[in-house]
Amino acid sequence: MSELAVDLTHGDAHHDDHADHGPQGWLKYLWSTDHKVIAMQYMFTGMFMALIGGFMAYVFRMQLAFPGIEVPGYFGSVSPGEYNALVTNHGTIMIFWVAMPVLLAAFGNYLIPLMVGADDMVFPKINRLSFQVFFVSTIVILASLVVEGGGFAGAWTAYPPLSADSTYNLTPLGSTLWLIGVGLEFVAFLLGGINFITTLMNSRAPGMRAFDVPIVVWMIVVASILFMLSVGPLLAGAIMLLFDQTLGTGFFNPATGGDPILWQHLFWFFGHPEVYVVLLPAMGVVIEIITTFARKKLFAYRTVIFTIVATGVLSFFVWAHHQFVAGIDPRMANIFTVTTLLISVPIAELCFIYIATLYRGSITLSTPMLWGLAFVAEFLIGGVTGIFLGAAGADIYFHDTYFVLAHFHYTFFPIAIIGTFAAFTYWFPKMFGKMMSERLGKWHFWFTIIPFNVIFIPLFVLGMGGQHRRIYNYQHFPELAGDGFQSMRIIATVALLVMLAAQFIFFYNCFRSWRAGAKASKNPWKANSLEWTTESPPPHGNWRPDRMPVVYRGPYEYSVPGREKDYWPQNEPK
Amino acid sequence: MTAHTTILPFRPRPERRRKLVSNGVLGMLLFVFVEVMLFAGFISAFVIIRSRAIGSVWPPPNQPRLPFEETAVNTAALIASGVLLLIAQRMHLRALAAAKAKLSRGSPASQPPPPSPLPASPGVALLLAAATLLGGTFVALQGVEWVALIREGLTLTSSTYGALFYTIIGAHALHAVVAIGVLVWAVAQLLRERLTGEAISTVALFWYFVVLVWPFLYIQVYL
Ligand code: HEM
Ligand SMILES: [Cu+2]
Repeated sequence: MSELAVDLTHGDAHHDDHADHGPQGWLKYLWSTDHKVIAMQYMFTGMFMALIGGFMAYVFRMQLAFPGIEVPGYFGSVSPGEYNALVTNHGTIMIFWVAMPVLLAAFGNYLIPLMVGADDMVFPKINRLSFQVFFVSTIVILASLVVEGGGFAGAWTAYPPLSADSTYNLTPLGSTLWLIGVGLEFVAFLLGGINFITTLMNSRAPGMRAFDVPIVVWMIVVASILFMLSVGPLLAGAIMLLFDQTLGTGFFNPATGGDPILWQHLFWFFGHPEVYVVLLPAMGVVIEIITTFARKKLFAYRTVIFTIVATGVLSFFVWAHHQFVAGIDPRMANIFTVTTLLISVPIAELCFIYIATLYRGSITLSTPMLWGLAFVAEFLIGGVTGIFLGAAGADIYFHDTYFVLAHFHYTFFPIAIIGTFAAFTYWFPKMFGKMMSERLGKWHFWFTIIPFNVIFIPLFVLGMGGQHRRIYNYQHFPELAGDGFQSMRIIATVALLVMLAAQFIFFYNCFRSWRAGAKASKNPWKANSLEWTTESPPPHGNWRPDRMPVVYRGPYEYSVPGREKDYWPQNEPK
Repeated sequence: MTAHTTILPFRPRPERRRKLVSNGVLGMLLFVFVEVMLFAGFISAFVIIRSRAIGSVWPPPNQPRLPFEETAVNTAALIASGVLLLIAQRMHLRALAAAKAKLSRGSPASQPPPPSPLPASPGVALLLAAATLLGGTFVALQGVEWVALIREGLTLTSSTYGALFYTIIGAHALHAVVAIGVLVWAVAQLLRERLTGEAISTVALFWYFVVLVWPFLYIQVYL
């Protein structure tokens, strides 16, 4: 009897929440408050921006490999100012308009309510507002590229005085729009983050205890907390920088008693936690995939949670490792060396947890699993090279060389690209109700992974050879212009062309599967978490109001001895 | 595979859990955390720039002093407003609980109480209005103070001192103005007998933030 009461009252609540179904037809996609629609909006905007960021990489890599070339598709050759604007906005877009919206916002929005068994986010209208602000920010950043004077060209880190004074950067409009765009984007993610955290806290299905929540949800929520705790100081800095640009204050100008290093502190106090903001969701995605395709229980669930909390706390105490050459006190540099080396411990721990989970599992090498495994392998290289950079002594040499660039691409690429493909191929059947082609998926995988390594391994070597970042034509520097160096640049660029071309396989695969793929069942991977208990794709409200799920156990009960099936959905009583 | 033979404890069919903190309050709490960090960023910028002052003279010699004593009055008004709001909130929550108890006594326990006008005692209305008014006084006095300071030559561009002052105190004033707007909304909701417990707690939380962050700014910036 009491069971019935629980379900009935919940059904009522559901209807109250969705009293306004909003407009119908295509308008419904513009004004929908459904978390799945908002997730798609974030996802497609992010993918569109990825194409733009990828095009930028193509243009400036062409210039580096073949200086002065008329880049096909770019209408001419690349001027030094344009080169700087391209690398600046490539970085900005890939981090703030690709990694964040796709991994955090799109998958956060899609997965959190489905995985905790809720019908929607707790604040659907704030959620919609979040995307609308994000959309405006996208328009602003794109507009900043084409206004008079060109796009901002002072690097994604926007250090003053270059960023603060248009007599230096020569892009008065571009740099202000860039700053406003980034600021708006932060506001969008704040609104999203409030929703994520509150939904996990307050909307879990009956019976879902803290340690029954799938790791990816925990990861996204911890990432949101990190973002929200770190972004305030940067917003303060951004307001001050905006005033420096437009009102003539001198916060970052030493001539008026300001301090240019202050910006670096405010930026990196946010900037380092930010790398974990994008890392954690990707790590969570990989955990879901590895457990499903190894048919094994996650090794050390609680340790994972405590590890990411430890990582989150530590990530607030490492920021000055970006500033070893900025004239900071050497004693401070020592402290930050120690904290930086410390933070690689929990990260390494997570890698061991992956391996322990895989150990003696019955592994299926499906496309999502390939992406998941590639994430672990490639990210490892990024993490290990970070340790070299964290040691202040080594970093004085490495700073701002291509070694740093290769390091963070070995972290960001696995996160933003490999992690996204892993998540996308894994949840595609749920999102679109169709199965993707495995054969095309594997072609796409290999033609992305191999070129990726061919692009970036030469860049490590170039960096160790002393090649600095953000230089438009290395032929101007005799010691960097040698044939050996130039051929490495050409190899990297050619590999990039191959990789970009391979993305057409992906888009073709998406399109074909969406139109003509095999229909996906509710639970094609035989996984345990709640999103696999509803239709593919899930209806508005996710489950029928009288069939909202109830949870009996954690999400990783695979191959439990004595059970007939090798999986055990969270909502099955027995 | 011995590690796998642990038998999961059987769990009975779970009941719907009670929320520890209501949605609105939790959301606002998170928002306030971000705001706290925003002001922490401003304050650290202030401290760093002050520490670089030439000859450690702060405020810079040719710049007007900030009216520390007058602002004390202002500060008192703001804190009083926070206290009044706290009393109003507690009174309203108690009234709501009492009304709910009365309702459920009349009807069978299994049925949720029908939606009905929420209590709106004149006491709560008066307290809320007074808190809003005191908040308005704070902002108004500050406006007067800014006009005087600008006349004396302290502007955004006259020095980093002026720039910091207007940016930080201005950011706080902006929050105060928005919060006063929200308080006015709360009064209106109360008079229309629609002010829920969650709403008043959410609104009040934002105002407490505005009130409590002020002394820190006051001591740092004005002293
Ligand atoms: C084990 C973990 C890591 C360590 C020890 C580490 C260490 C470092 C250090 C010391 C630098 C500064 C190098 C310099 O500028 O001279 C650096 C740069 C960078 N790292 Fe990492 N890192 C780690 C993980 C990550 C992750 C997970 C990401 C991204 C998601 C990342 C992204 C970056 C970026 C973007 C930069 C360059 C910023 C710039 O100057 O433009 N790192 N890393
Ligand atoms: Cu860092």
